[in-house]
Formats: sequence, C-alpha cells, structure tokens
Amino acid sequence: MAKKLMKGNEAIGEAAICAGALNYFAYPITPQSEVAEYLCWRLPEVGGTFVQAESEVAVGNMLFGAAASGKRVFTTSSSPGISLMQEAISYIAGAQLPVVFVNIMRGGPGLGGILPAQSDYFQAVKAGGHGDYHLIVLAPSSVQEAVDLMILAFDLADKYRNPVMLIGDGMIGQMMEAVEFPEEHRKPNDPTGSDWALTGAKNRKARITKSLFLDPVMLEENSFLLAEKYKTIKKNEIRFEKYKVTDKNRILIMAYGTMARICQTAIDELEQEGISVGLFRPVSLYPFPEQDIFTESTRKNIEKVLVVEMSVGQMIEDIERCLKGQREIDFYGRTGGIVPTPNEVKDKVRQMLGIKK
Amino acid sequence: MTGQIEVVFAGFGGQGVMTAGQLLAYTAMDEGKQVAWIPSYGPEMRGGTANCTVVVSEHRIGSPIINNPGAACVFNRPSLDKFGELIRPGGLLLINSSLIDVKSGRDDVTELLVPVNDIAIRAGNPKAANMVMLAAFVAMTDIVSFDALEKMFREKLGSKKKELLEVNLKAFAEGRMLAEKEKAGGKA
Repeated sequence: MAKKLMKGNEAIGEAAICAGALNYFAYPITPQSEVAEYLCWRLPEVGGTFVQAESEVAVGNMLFGAAASGKRVFTTSSSPGISLMQEAISYIAGAQLPVVFVNIMRGGPGLGGILPAQSDYFQAVKAGGHGDYHLIVLAPSSVQEAVDLMILAFDLADKYRNPVMLIGDGMIGQMMEAVEFPEEHRKPNDPTGSDWALTGAKNRKARITKSLFLDPVMLEENSFLLAEKYKTIKKNEIRFEKYKVTDKNRILIMAYGTMARICQTAIDELEQEGISVGLFRPVSLYPFPEQDIFTESTRKNIEKVLVVEMSVGQMIEDIERCLKGQREIDFYGRTGGIVPTPNEVKDKVRQMLGIKK
Repeated sequence: MTGQIEVVFAGFGGQGVMTAGQLLAYTAMDEGKQVAWIPSYGPEMRGGTANCTVVVSEHRIGSPIINNPGAACVFNRPSLDKFGELIRPGGLLLINSSLIDVKSGRDDVTELLVPVNDIAIRAGNPKAANMVMLAAFVAMTDIVSFDALEKMFREKLGSKKKELLEVNLKAFAEGRMLAEKEKAGGKA
C-alpha cells in the first residue's frame, strides 16, 4: 500500500480499524482529540460503532461491558482522562478482558497542561488502579511504530485476555509522518466459539464475567492465575531496540518514545565529537526488558548509564532495579510540556564525562 | 538535496503556515524522502506565532525537536524575532517583506525578502501568500522538484476550489520567479 502522511492520532485510529477493532468509546481531550475526530466519520464507513460517552468514567464501564461480548474494543484519551478510567481498568484486569487503551500523555499532575510529557509511566506500568494486576504497556517512538504496535496491542490483549495500554506523548499524537498500513483489514473477530465471551447462553451453561470474589480462597486463586499469566507475558513479550550500542560506548542512554529519538540525534552528534554513546530503547515498558538492560549496561567500557525522560524521573526506578548497583546511574528530565532538546542531552553527557565543550 | 533539511514556517494563525508545511511534506514523501511535520500546538498558538517544522531527510529522522533549523520562512515580525536567531550559520531565511520592515541583522545566513502578501494580492488571491512563500523556498533550495510540488498542489488544493486554482498557480509562479532571479543574481 502507498505511504500516507498522517498525524499520529489519525494513524492510531486507522490502525485499530486494520486490526478489526470497530467498537470505540471515547471522550475528547487534548492532545488526542483527533483520534475521535477521525473515527467519528471513519468508523461508520466500515460498519463500526463510535459512542462519545458523557465522561471517561462512562467510557471505562462501556469498555468493560462491550469487551465481555468478545468483540475488539478500545479507547483513546490523555492523562487526566486515563486517571478517570482507572477503576474500570482494575475491574477489566480482574475479569480478564481484552481491551486496548491509548494514552497520549500530557503534562500533569492534575489538569496540568496540554503539551507532551511522559509523566504517566508509573500509572501505566505499575497499575494505576487497585489490586494485584498489570497492563501490557507499549511505547512507540514514531507514527509508523504507533500503527504497528496498535495492531499488536489487540493481538496481545486477545492472546492473554489482558488490557493493553499504548502510551505516547503529545508529540507522537500531533506529528505527521509517512505511514504504511497492512494491505488487508482483519475481519472483526467472531466470538461464537469463545470459551469465555458472553454470547447468549443458548444450549450451554451460563457464564459470569466478574471481578468480585467474596470467598478469599477464590479471590486468591484469581490473583495467582493473573500472576502466572504475567510470568508468561514476561517470558514472551519483551520488546526493545538498540541504537549504536557497541563495546566502545562510554555511556548508555535509556529512553523511550519520542525521547529516544531526541537522544538518537544527540548520539549522532556526539559521535562526530568522538564521544561514543549508545541508546537502549524499551518498546515494551511492561514487561520490562530487565535482563537485556543489565547485559547491555554492564559492557566493559560503559562508565555510566543516563536515563532521559519527559518527567522528573519514573522509568529510572526500574532501571535502578535492573542494574542492581552495577553501574552509576544519572538522570536528565524536563517536564510540564517542556521537551529536552538534543543540545541539552549532549550537554548532560559531556558533563557526566567531565568534557568541556 | 543531500542529507537533511529542516525548515520552520511561522506566522500569525490564519496565514496558512501549517498548510504550506504540509504541502512540502506531502511532496517530499511522494519523492521517496523521509519526512516529519511537527506543529506547535501549545498555548502559543493563541496570539503569538503559529508554526510548524518540516524535516526532509534521506535517512531515518531522529529528533523531531530541532534546536537550530537550517531554514525558516517567517510571515510576521514576532516570527522573525523568534526564529531569525535560531537558524544555523549558513542557513536560509525568507522574510515576508509585506509585513516585516526589518531584516534579521545576521551576516552568516542567506536572507531573501519576499513581499508575499503584495504578490498574492497582485495575483488575485490575498490568501495565497503562503503559496508564494513556499514557491520561493523551493526555488531557493531545490528541496523538491517544482513539477512534483505543482502536482501535489493541484491534488490537495485544486479539487476544493477550482476557481481559485489558476490565481493560486499564478501566485506560485511569481514566488518562484522572484527567488530564481535572486538566486541567479547571487551567483553572478
């Protein structure tokens, strides 16, 4: 298929349609409103359904109900909107339902601002609602990758009967880049043969989809079942990309999403100054590439590890956990909608190595 | 073109800077190049300057945040004040001299004054000022071919308002002519 120039937000909407996901519930919020703007005319064209809910709380519960039918369902929102959905997300995880959430992050806390940020890492990766659960979390760094990961998100949600969250920052949503979509759209899935979906109990025993287990033995059983599932996810679904990682690196940068691309440019420019720096970019934030981060960070020439985020420091806590004190870790971050520039990253690297400009 | 070119289009909201940038991005993509179009979407859009950055590259594009762009097309004074000083040494600055009566004061960039509003009004459509600027920029840089740009222009803008197409193309041709004359003069 020919390449199209599209905003990240619109491309995410089209990717969902490619994945056969035709049931979309949403409430507008900057910087991701273009997804709803796009899908409100595009979904009817392909026989889909778009319900603009009265609030994000309603969106979460609509998703819960619709997902129980076994059809592919999704929503998109931005930080404060995702916070409002947390109760439903916890219920959806507890009831083991496949739902895809997209969070185009803006600055927080509270209403914050409308410019790009990565300050919802904890909320996404550590489970923002109550209870022992995890989302699968994917973080694209380009519009094309947002498309590819969006399609993957539905497959993973179905495979593990687990909610999946795609997190991008405002930049990914607003930027236009060339994208290619798969030639053929998937057909919407048919839940008829499913062993869990609520399809009408004709000629079979009734099923109950719930997260309420008043018997502690059964609740513990459910939590152990989820824990086993997360172990399998950790084994199968780790994704990352390395950029210019070699034995010559003196510093290894850890960054994800748009931030990683900014670091790439800084790395290219530092290379011209004779400073060798590599980049490790986690694509799956949960499951986190723990072992690979340890292996790459402990290459013999690496003096320090630098974590760069559009936050005051969240992923760094996971990096610290992975490195087990084997390397010194430094941090650079801007937040509130201010995005670190390549020059700022370069200055930080030089300062870490004691190199004057 | 070789390597990578970054250009900022900046002006008041309504001057068509976003459209000019998108048209360039579409054309470059059609010519097989890597492109990114990055809008400013923050509170600065109200009042001050609206701007977008277009990156055209032969390689995978890294940072969408550009510290020092290679070129800028500025449509109003606040945009000149903001982006004039950010351009890389050796870069290119196109100034809308219909609305801006000063220069950047830099001697390390190529500066071209284009009265885009006057040219657009003369051609018959005051709203075509952005197309005059785009044509002048493409003529100065050869970032994309004119044939491809004109084809894209007809495709994206011609279908909606057919009656405006001819005057827009006239504005387009005038912008190109002005820049080519300047270029030839500069070389002599």
